[in-house]
Amino acid sequence: MSDPILIIIASAAVTYLTRVSGHIIISQFGAIHHRLRAALAAVPTAVMTALVAPSLFTHGPAEALAIAVAALVASRFSIIVSVVVSLIALVALRSLIG
Amino acid sequence: MTSAETPIPANMASEVRDGVREALPILVAIIPFAVMFGAVAVKAGFSVSQTVMTSAFIYAGASQFVMLDLLGQQAPAWSIILAVFALNFRHVLYSASLSQHLGSFSPIQKAGAFFLLVDPQFGMAETRAAKRKLQPSFYFSYAVLLYLTWIFMSFLGALFGSFITDPAAIGVDFILPLYFTGIVLGFRQRRFFWPIFVVSGISSALAYLAFGSPWNIAIGGIGGMIFAAVMSKPELEA
Repeated sequence: MSDPILIIIASAAVTYLTRVSGHIIISQFGAIHHRLRAALAAVPTAVMTALVAPSLFTHGPAEALAIAVAALVASRFSIIVSVVVSLIALVALRSLIG
Repeated sequence: MTSAETPIPANMASEVRDGVREALPILVAIIPFAVMFGAVAVKAGFSVSQTVMTSAFIYAGASQFVMLDLLGQQAPAWSIILAVFALNFRHVLYSASLSQHLGSFSPIQKAGAFFLLVDPQFGMAETRAAKRKLQPSFYFSYAVLLYLTWIFMSFLGALFGSFITDPAAIGVDFILPLYFTGIVLGFRQRRFFWPIFVVSGISSALAYLAFGSPWNIAIGGIGGMIFAAVMSKPELEA
């Protein structure tokens, strides 16, 4: 294992760079064009959807169904209710269909 | 910035209370991952202090696991750092978006806010900012609880990881996708939510099949952003 401390510090540095650079780039713009603002407004939906999407087919039917349950419950109730209900559904589905 | 320029909000206590309340469910979700990280790190040859240092300095779950994995494969340092950068690239977009909501933050608070910008933090900050002005007291009470829990649980995992039972038995191995699904659906009142949701979901799935992770996150995210930019009209601008 080559110099883990240096790799930890360099990894921390590039991670912080990703977390601050979007802000630095955006603050260089005076007035933000409406298309850029629309693209930024889409980030939460777009990136977090992209984060979750493969989980629908990388695990199994129980996990895919649990995500559907989480989505349905979250469109009516709070996030915490959605997590609890979909987690219970997941455990039940796993024991039923594996 | 002096305190005269930034009046303390009268309801700071309630901002902190909200931050703590919103953090509690996600703490339950991240604890198993932090413990698992600590256990895996020690098994991979890290000392307890190196494990804690990784969680405290990098503070990005998935890329910490990837770093360990590549170190174990004797991968060259530059490739490990590149992998961490690629995996964390989505934070560039988070940071650009969050930037719009930091009007109440001093420069030092902004610097700290970006250090702590993990996925659930971003989701919660955007959810909050859609309802009311994002306050540092809310942001940091949520953020510090997550951060300290992540570090402390990595530490416990490093010490006692060999005693862990199978987390899949109670479903916690899959709790983060479920939590993020709930966060996404919380954005459904936003303009073009459903088309962005479909465009990003499909482009992420296709990119995952074609290129694998983490490219699907950037490609799916940028797909939805381009769609929103193309659909945007100046007269709809508030």
